[in-house]
Amino acid sequence: MAADPGSLVNWSLLALSPPGWGGALLRGFANSLQIALGGYSLGLLLGIGGAFGKLYGGPILRDLMECYTTIVRAVPELVLILLLYYAGTDAINQLLILVGFGTIDISGLVAGIFVIGVVQGAYSTEVLRGAIKAVPAGQIEAARAYGMSPTKVMTRVTLPAMLPYAIPGLSNLWLIATKDTALLAVVGFSELTLVTRQAAGTTKSYLLFFLAAGALYLALTLVSNVFIKMIERRSRRGFVEQS
Amino acid sequence: MKNTLKILSVALAVGLAGTASVAAQEIKVGFAAEPYPPFTSPDASGNWEGWEVEFQKAICAEAKLDCVITPVAWDGIIPALTTKKIDVIIGSMSITPERMKTIDFSDKYYNTPTAVIGPKDVAFEATPEGLAGKTIGVQVSTIHQDYANKYFVAAGATLKEYQTQDEANNDLAAGRLDAVQADSITLDAFLKSEQGAACCDKKGNVVDDPAILGAGVGVGIRKEDTELKGKINAAIKAIRENGTYETFSKKYFDFDVYGG
Amino acid sequence: MTETTTHAMALSPQDLPKASSFFKPHRIFLMLLFATLVFCIAWFMRWDWLPRYLPRLGSGMLVTLAMLFSTAALGFLFAVPLGLVQVTGPRPLKWAASWFCTIIRGTPLLLQLWLLYYGLGSLFPQFPAIRQSFLWPYLRESWPYGVAALTISFAAYEGEVMRGAFAGVPAGELEAGRAYGMSRWTLFRRIWLPRALHRALPTLNGETVLQLKSTPLVATITVVDLYAVISRVRQETFLTYEPLLLLALIYMGLTGLLVIAFKYFENRIPTRGA
Repeated sequence: MAADPGSLVNWSLLALSPPGWGGALLRGFANSLQIALGGYSLGLLLGIGGAFGKLYGGPILRDLMECYTTIVRAVPELVLILLLYYAGTDAINQLLILVGFGTIDISGLVAGIFVIGVVQGAYSTEVLRGAIKAVPAGQIEAARAYGMSPTKVMTRVTLPAMLPYAIPGLSNLWLIATKDTALLAVVGFSELTLVTRQAAGTTKSYLLFFLAAGALYLALTLVSNVFIKMIERRSRRGFVEQS
Repeated sequence: MKNTLKILSVALAVGLAGTASVAAQEIKVGFAAEPYPPFTSPDASGNWEGWEVEFQKAICAEAKLDCVITPVAWDGIIPALTTKKIDVIIGSMSITPERMKTIDFSDKYYNTPTAVIGPKDVAFEATPEGLAGKTIGVQVSTIHQDYANKYFVAAGATLKEYQTQDEANNDLAAGRLDAVQADSITLDAFLKSEQGAACCDKKGNVVDDPAILGAGVGVGIRKEDTELKGKINAAIKAIRENGTYETFSKKYFDFDVYGG
Repeated sequence: MTETTTHAMALSPQDLPKASSFFKPHRIFLMLLFATLVFCIAWFMRWDWLPRYLPRLGSGMLVTLAMLFSTAALGFLFAVPLGLVQVTGPRPLKWAASWFCTIIRGTPLLLQLWLLYYGLGSLFPQFPAIRQSFLWPYLRESWPYGVAALTISFAAYEGEVMRGAFAGVPAGELEAGRAYGMSRWTLFRRIWLPRALHRALPTLNGETVLQLKSTPLVATITVVDLYAVISRVRQETFLTYEPLLLLALIYMGLTGLLVIAFKYFENRIPTRGA
């Protein structure tokens, strides 16, 4: 390799239109964002179900939920992603055949959202369970005393009342979801990290592209942080300032 | 509070909208999602180009298949085929007895020797003796990994396994490897590149071992897809006979890539 | 990362079941069901490859454990000053430390690893001085990059925890120390650091488990750890599920052992607030 420091920073490689790779990087970034959003939302749904199951479910449901969160919290994300990517989507199709729906074509995007969602689901189960437990029991009892149905108690009291306790944890999970999408590079999904790797490998400008991708991820984190601060401030209105 | 819920529900809606993709029956053509010139390499606009991409297009046109290019990770390409993430592999995969236990192959569509390259300033042969004590880079789950394990590691070489070929090449250029073993055409492409020309040269082809190195490159197909296999074999034969194969090969090679 | 998030992502000592809790009727039923599942997996799936790979799995596990403990220990050594300067340091240092933590925590570890190995690592040989130095034999290897990336990441996450821990030590305790005429160093060594460590301990457990969960990433830069050995099995046997299931099981076992060890230590140290 020629020792030419000038060639180390060839900014035109980052140009938005080909032959620059900037556009490809941004498309990868959009894919990452889509998976992070989808996976995070799916995880939130699983988490709400999981937390209620763990707190109010029967003994068997409770134990099954415990197994789910224990496994996800004990096994590396990379291993889970591989397992879910190959086995999980296969299992869904087997199940659909069993039910008589026939196979569906699971695209890479859906598979990505699915694996990130399942991992996030376990994390949010734990975060939400802690938050629900922090809601003063009297508030939920009062709602029951008013004769509210369990669903109504959940939507009118438990969920809104636990949000302030859950938001710090949930916002951390959002940041983790955005970074976990990078692991999908290992299964060949063209999100930001894989596109970066391809761009770097094709142009041999490894440092430049990895730094550029790092800047994109960092920007996402910093922008998210601004929004998180806003949401946190709103959700804590009326709370006594805690030290 | 309401706004927070609103934000969450919007996030949810966006996420769900992302998951709703339309299902259609097509043939998903799998290959490694990595630069592997001159066979498959990505360009900056997100398209794939190279000899093998043209081969894919020719086969799909000839066999009247609705093909969708689907890059996947090389080290998971066979599981991707068996779990139906992809339907065929057109990704420079050699036909070997070991792979035949799990998947099926079409007839071969190219065949080239296996070569070893190394730094210009060190002279050695591509033999077990020449590579003794050296660190050799190979791509994982390739015939080259198996071959190097059998012949070179046994003779005292160390193997380093890379997920992509260009990372092995890059590490050779960076001086972290003493040699790289791979397909001779892709190594020639590397040696012609600016980086490869500056650092390395070819040390020779390895002695053939058909049991490991296989009998050329074929299209990987699931064992039960016999009908598809018939179609692809007929298409390979047809493009060989009607000159299509020769036409696009000339753009890339000045020799017969189909091999003897 | 707050303590609750770490807890949500990593198994912790309070999650360990008690021996007595296994003997509830529904649990016995579930365990029987689980045993049947394990039996089916053992019986109907292919495991004939296992004996051949046992020695390599063993050495892979050693590499994984070496990666975990060396980087957690090194990372922690960096985390203490990182946390401290963010609380008391002069402004430029404070600013630098907090940006370091933000940048590392704001980007994926996989990217950092590739940046170090393929980005920075391929620049080194361009400088003859490095190529001829005594460091070169190490810089040629891949594990130093793995250790560096994992250490930096652990230091950044744990540095943030230590910042909170240092800031959280009640001012009164430090004032009492000063009133006793302790020097700044004695005050730090005898009161501030031990109290901060004590506060950081539960999170430290979680961060170590998270670090274990991060180690397989080094396999992508050719370090042959447990994950890499299993990848090898997958490629040589063309099996999709069995090796991955075994890998998940091994990691669960390692995490379990780690958590049990933490529980043992936690019991020996009087807990906060007690």
